[in-house]
This record gives sequence, structure tokens and C-alpha cells, in this order.
Amino acid sequence: MSEFVYLYRSTESSHREAMGSPEQMQKSMERWRAWMKQLADGGHIKDPGHPLERTGKLVKGRQKSVTDGPYAEAKDVVGGYTLVEAKDLPQAVELSLGCPIFETGGLVEVRPVIKFSM
Amino acid sequence: MELDEHLFRREAGRMVATLTRIFGIRNLALAEDVVQDAFCRAMEVWSFRGVPENPAAWLMTTAKNRALDLLRRDRTARTFAPELGRRIASEETLLPALDDLFEENAIRDDRLRMIFSCCHPRLPEETQVALVLHILCGFSVSEVAGAFISSTSAIEKRMSRAKKVLARSKRLFEIVDADDFSGRLRAVHRALYLLFNEGYHGASPKSAVRAELCREAMHLTALLREHPLAKTPTTHALAALMCLHAARLPARVGASGELSPFAEQDRSRWDPLLVAKGLRLLEEAASGHELTEYHVEAAIAAVHASATRVEETNWAQIVSLYDTLMSLRPSPIVALNRAIAVAQHEGPERGLEEIHAIAGRDRLSTYPFYSAALGEIELRGGRREIARDHFLSAIALARNPMERRFLEQRVAACAIDDARERM
Repeated sequence: MSEFVYLYRSTESSHREAMGSPEQMQKSMERWRAWMKQLADGGHIKDPGHPLERTGKLVKGRQKSVTDGPYAEAKDVVGGYTLVEAKDLPQAVELSLGCPIFETGGLVEVRPVIKFSM
Repeated sequence: MELDEHLFRREAGRMVATLTRIFGIRNLALAEDVVQDAFCRAMEVWSFRGVPENPAAWLMTTAKNRALDLLRRDRTARTFAPELGRRIASEETLLPALDDLFEENAIRDDRLRMIFSCCHPRLPEETQVALVLHILCGFSVSEVAGAFISSTSAIEKRMSRAKKVLARSKRLFEIVDADDFSGRLRAVHRALYLLFNEGYHGASPKSAVRAELCREAMHLTALLREHPLAKTPTTHALAALMCLHAARLPARVGASGELSPFAEQDRSRWDPLLVAKGLRLLEEAASGHELTEYHVEAAIAAVHASATRVEETNWAQIVSLYDTLMSLRPSPIVALNRAIAVAQHEGPERGLEEIHAIAGRDRLSTYPFYSAALGEIELRGGRREIARDHFLSAIALARNPMERRFLEQRVAACAIDDARERM
């Protein structure tokens, strides 16, 4: 088994679209929970991860300049991450297909974790 | 952990009521924003980390903390609720004040204040109902529009005008024994009655929406029954009426969502618990001096509920109750229902006479169930061709697919009987 990180990315507008009325928000959340449960039931969740605030600080350069993030030019902001286990990258991708983020125009970045025994 | 399907919507109503009490009625929009923020948080955190032990309390606490931040930050910049005055203005009393305000009984009272505030005399009845649905029941503007078969922009306009009226009223309605209380309570009864009826008879084609509206009206009426000043005999009568009608819902809509004619309903599917509760409430309602249309309508429903088959119905009693209802709240629709009862009691010819005698009958000309009633009576009188024509004109007036399907079945029923006769 290999490990992968799912980074959930969405634009501000698609993030807002997932909100809507209380009824819609609850439905949207239930879809996430159902998908997460499906991954967990298949033994694919190493760590469910966390949601991330959509704003923070950006520390950059030799000057270590601190600016407000996220950055105006970045259209997709990471809204959370999950650590999953899959046998290879194609399976990790396959497993991501059920993510509800696609319904509101977001995307999932699937990144293999580099593992070396020292 | 399984969540109540409508948890967010329900909690939205509770949270907005309490936050509006804290921020003041003029800051209703701010209260709505805070609620939205709390749901965003819940959506993010619960999706990843699972649902907390007590989701409703989690939401309330999140809203409370956000309110605390806002009050600390904007205390000088904004004028919040005048009725809370200095309690929220000073840091030492702020936290205990908020703790009190988020206590269960306080939330209940906030919801009541909000219902009474929404039934503002300067707002048309239908706007009051829409406002109750939006603010107290957490329906979004487009969901309210869906429930009333209205356009989102029309409801949006109506709602923003209504919110301005609310904001100008400066403070929430206080439920105390004052001059304007009983008048306002009457308006509240009426709004809840209309909300229930929208679910029961309304035009929304989605049966799930309709059942939800009935359920919301019943929740809010139950809330009235918890308040010493609001639990009047009339409130009990309204609750009785809702229970007795809601009891029929399972039999009213068939397996494929089609309406089933009252006379043909399988009465064993009426909810016996709701019938019993309705009858009990009707007894409680009989304690006062006032006889309202809700009493009479509940009494009519009770007569139906006590007949196990439609043939056993005491039609004489129903006709006399409709006479009373006509004296309390005369309308062509009440007169039509009375005529239908007369037809049952004294035969189709007498029923037709009564229908032709209805004052303001022309106002029923666009009401599909007026033609449908004529069709039923003619069908009972054996004049199938005429009956069929009435049902066909009713179809032309049908307001949604459900009504249309129902009326098409009635047209078919005319033909089936024809065939049977020829055999």
C-alpha cells in the first residue's frame, strides 16, 4: 500500500456555490460524509485530515516578507486535505472520483507521498 | 452518527431568532450572516472530523462565539438591541448575558417573539406566511418561492420590503398582556393556519414540500401552546384542526403521489395517534367563551374522523357545522363545501340547488374544485356526460400535475361507470 494526499481545491465562487440554503448545505455535507465513509469502509483512510481556513499569511523570500494569503492570482485555494492509502496512483485517482467537490466545480489534487526507508 | 434530515433548517430558525434578539431586529441580516457562517464551519469540520455528539448545541455554540466576537468588535460602532441595553455593552456582563440568552427557554421565547414580529399588521397575510417560513423555518428565498409556486424574484422583493417593515419596528414584539396582544395572536393563528393549508391544499407539486409545510406549521403551533399567554382555547383549536387534518395525509396521497378522493380514502391509513391527539386538543379548546373558525373546522374534521367508513358519516351534523362556519367566516369556498355536504345528506339535487345559490359564485370560476364538485354531484346523480364535462373544465383550471392527474382519473371514472352500465 502507498500513501497519497488529496488536496481539495476550489475557487471562492465554487466554494460559495456549495453553500446556499441551510437545507442545501446539509445535503452537501451529507454527500461529503457519505464519500468519506465509503473510503473509510474500504480501508483507504490513513487520516481524514482537516479543513483549512481559506485565508492565512504568506511568508516569502529572503526578506521573509509576510503578506496576506490566499493570493489574488491563485484561482484554486486548498480548502482541506486527506491522507489516503491505495495500491497505486491509478487506484488513488479512481477513489477520488466520488468526491462531491466536483459537483460544485472544485478539484482534487492527488499527490503520492514519497516514502523511503532510511 | 445519523443527523436529522432537516437539522440545519430547523436550527437556522432557532439561531436567527436568538441572534436577532441580541443584535436587534434592525440587524436581521447580520444575524442571518452569522448563522450562515456557523453552517459553513459545520460543513467543513463535520465533513472531515465527523458529526459531534450534540450537533444542535455545537451549532448554537459556534453562533454564540461568533456573536461574541462581533459584539466585542462593533460594540461602539453599532447600536444593537435596545431592549438588552447595557447588559451586552459592558465586558463584565457580556458573557453571562450571552449565556442567559442562549439558554433553552430563552431561545423558545425568542422564536415566539419572532413569530409575533413577523405577523406585523402592516404586512399582507401572505407576506407574513412567507416571512415565517423564511425566518422561523429556515427556508431560503428560492425554497419559499418553490413552496408557493412563485418566482424567486417576486418573493425576494416581497421579503425585502417585509424586512424593512420589521427593521422599522425598532424592537421585537414582546409577548405580554398588553392591548395589542390578542389582535397580534389572531394574526399569528391566521398565518400558521395559512401555512398549514398551503401544505395541505396548496399548489406545490412536490408532496415532500407540502408535508414539510404542514409539519412546520404544527411545530410552531406547538410552540404557542408552551407559552402561558399564547396557549388560548383558540390555539388549542388550531392545533386540533392541524392534527386531525394531518392524520389524513398518509391516505390522501397514493403510492405514486396521486391525490385520492376524500370519499375513497382508505381510512385505516389515517394516523390514529394524530386523530386521538386532535380529539384531545379539541376538548381542551372547548374551555373558553370564544368560538372561532378553527373550532368549527376542527369539529368538522372530528366528525369525519369518528366515521370508520364514509357511509357512516353524520352528514346532518356536518351541514350544521358548515352553517356555523358560514356565520363566522363566510366565503364561496366554505359555501361550496357546505353544498357538497348537503348533497351527501339530502341527495344530489339538493346539493346542486345549494351550489347554484352560492353568493359570489363567480369568484369560484377559476377554482378547479368548483367544477370538480359539480362533476362529483352529477356523477352521483347518474348524469355521466354532464359530470365528464365538468371534470374536463376542471382539468383546464388545474394548477399542478398532481391536480391534473387526479381530475383525469375522475374523467376516467365517468367512462368506467358507463362501460359497466352497458354490460
